[in-house]
Amino acid sequence: MQETSRYRLSTFILEFAAILLALIFLSPFYLVLTNSVKGLREILVDAASFPQVFKWGNYAEVWNIINFPKAFWNSFQITGLSVIFIVLFSSMAAYQIVRRPSKFNTFVFLLLISAMIIPFQSLMLQLVRVTSILELRGEIYGIVACYLGFGMPLSVFLFHGFIKTVPYELEEAARVDGSNPYGVFFRIVFPLLMPIIVTVIILNTLWIWNDYLLPVLVIGGNKDLTTLPVAVTKFFGQYTKKWDLALPGLVMAITPILLFFLSLQKYIVEGVTAGSVKG
Amino acid sequence: MRKALHLQKGWGQQMVFLGPCLLFFLTIVVTPFILGFYYSSTDWNGLDLDKAVWTGSANWKRIFMNDDKFWDSLFFTLRFTAVSVVGANILGLLLAFILMTALKTKKILRTVFFMPNVIGGILLGYIWQFIFTKGFNTIGDLTGISFFNLPWLGTPSTGFWGLVIVFIWQTAGYMMVIYIAALAGIPKDLIEAAKIDGARAPQLFKSVYVPLIMPAITICLFLTTSNAFKMFDLNLSLTKGGPGTSTQSLAYNIYSEALINNRYGLGTAKALLFFFAVSIITITQVWITKRKEVSS
Repeated sequence: MQETSRYRLSTFILEFAAILLALIFLSPFYLVLTNSVKGLREILVDAASFPQVFKWGNYAEVWNIINFPKAFWNSFQITGLSVIFIVLFSSMAAYQIVRRPSKFNTFVFLLLISAMIIPFQSLMLQLVRVTSILELRGEIYGIVACYLGFGMPLSVFLFHGFIKTVPYELEEAARVDGSNPYGVFFRIVFPLLMPIIVTVIILNTLWIWNDYLLPVLVIGGNKDLTTLPVAVTKFFGQYTKKWDLALPGLVMAITPILLFFLSLQKYIVEGVTAGSVKG
Repeated sequence: MRKALHLQKGWGQQMVFLGPCLLFFLTIVVTPFILGFYYSSTDWNGLDLDKAVWTGSANWKRIFMNDDKFWDSLFFTLRFTAVSVVGANILGLLLAFILMTALKTKKILRTVFFMPNVIGGILLGYIWQFIFTKGFNTIGDLTGISFFNLPWLGTPSTGFWGLVIVFIWQTAGYMMVIYIAALAGIPKDLIEAAKIDGARAPQLFKSVYVPLIMPAITICLFLTTSNAFKMFDLNLSLTKGGPGTSTQSLAYNIYSEALINNRYGLGTAKALLFFFAVSIITITQVWITKRKEVSS
C-alpha cells in the first residue's frame, strides 16, 4: 500500500517536471506568437507581456510584402515534384539493384551509400558551376533536378533494405502469367512498398521544405521562385530589425510545416525513427 | 539471335530502372565532387566562371600557413560538436526515460519535445535571435536573474552557448524518439530480474540499459556528431558567425570565403578538407561505438 502511494507520488513529481520542461520548450513559440501581434514599440519595451491590442494588420502587411501565397506555392511545388520523382526513381533503382545484383549494380549501390557522408558545402560551389552549364539555374526543373540528385542516396538505401524483404515468389507468379518486368514492378511490387514509401516521403518533405542554401544558390536571382524560408530572411537584414514584421513572417513560415507535423505526427515520428535507424 | 534479344531486353530494363536515378545522382552529386579536386587548386572567383586558372598549391599553402580564421572555425566547430553531442544525447536519453514511465500526458509531451525538429534551422535561428536579444532581456528585468541579462549573442562565449542551446533544443526530441524505440525493445523481465538481483538505479542504468541500447547510442551519436559538425543554417540565422568571426563554424567559413569574399577556388579547397574532416570524425566515432555494442 505504502509502496504504491509512494510510486504514485514520484510519478506525479516526474510528470510535473516533464510538463514544466515542455513549457520551457514551448516558450519560444509563445513569445514569438504573442509579440507577432504587437506594435514595434510595445515589443521593444516589454516582450513578455500579453498584447494589449491585437494588431492583425502586421500579418496583412507581411502577407503582401513576401507575397505569401506565391512563396507557399513555390515551396509546395518544388517539394511536391521533388518528392514524387524521388520516390519513383529511387524505388525503381533499388528494385533493379536488389533483383539484378550484377557487379555494376552493387558498385552503384556502394557509390550511393558512400555519397551520404559528403557534406553539402563540399559540393555547393562546383554545383553552381554545373547548374549554370546545364542551364538549370533559376528554373523550377533545375532545383527539382538538384533535389533528385541529393535525395537519391538515402531513398535508394531505404528502398533497398525494404525490397530485400519482399518475397520473390509473388513476382514469379505474375511473370508466369505473362506480365512484363515493368508491369510486375508497378502493379505487384510498388503497392507492397507503401510503408517505406511513407517514410521516404516524410524524410524528403521535411528537409526539402526547410532547405535554405540550395534554393539561394540555384534559384538565385529569380524572385518568382522564392521559397518560403528564403522569403522570410528578407526581414533579417544586418542593421534594422523590424520585429513587428519579422515575427508575423516567422509565424507564417513555420505554420505550414507545423500543421503537416501535427496532422501526420504518428507517421512522422515513426518515419524519422525508421529512417535514422536504418540509415 | 534469341540470346541477343534477351540481352537487349535486360539492358532496356537496366536503363529504365536505374537510368533516371544514375542520371541525377551523377550530374548533381558525383560531377561536382570530382570537379572539386580540380577547382580547389585554382583561383576561381565565382564570377568569371571560365577563368579559373590553375594555381598549384597556392590555396593549400594559404590555408595551412596563413589562414587563422579557418583553423579558429575548425576549433570552434570541434568545441561546439563536443558540447552539443553530449548535451543533446543526455537530454534526449533523460526525456526518453521520463516518457517511458506511465505519465498521463505522455503523448502530448512527446509531440512537444519533438516539434522543434521539424522546423528548419534557418527559422529556428531567427526565432531564437528574438528570444536571446529581446525575450531574455525582458525576462531578466522581470525576474532579476542575471543569466538572462547577459549580453546574449553579443560576445564570443554567449554566441557559442546560444548556438549550443538552440542546437540541443532542436535535436534532443529527435534523439528522444530513437531512444524511446530502443528502450521499448528491452524485454521487461530482464529489468525485473536485475531488480530482484538487487541492482540499484545507477547500476541498472550502467550495466543493463546502456549495453542493451548501445545500437541506438551509436546511431544517435552518429547523427548528432555529423549534424553538429556540419552546422550551418543555425549559424547563418542566429549569429552570422559573429561577433566578428568568433562563432564561425567550418561550413560557415567555407560559405563566407566563397559567397562573400568571392574566393571560390579557396572555398573549394576548404570544402574538400571539410569533407575529409567529416569523414574521419564520423567514421572514427561509429567505429568506436560499434566496438562497444553487444549482441543480445
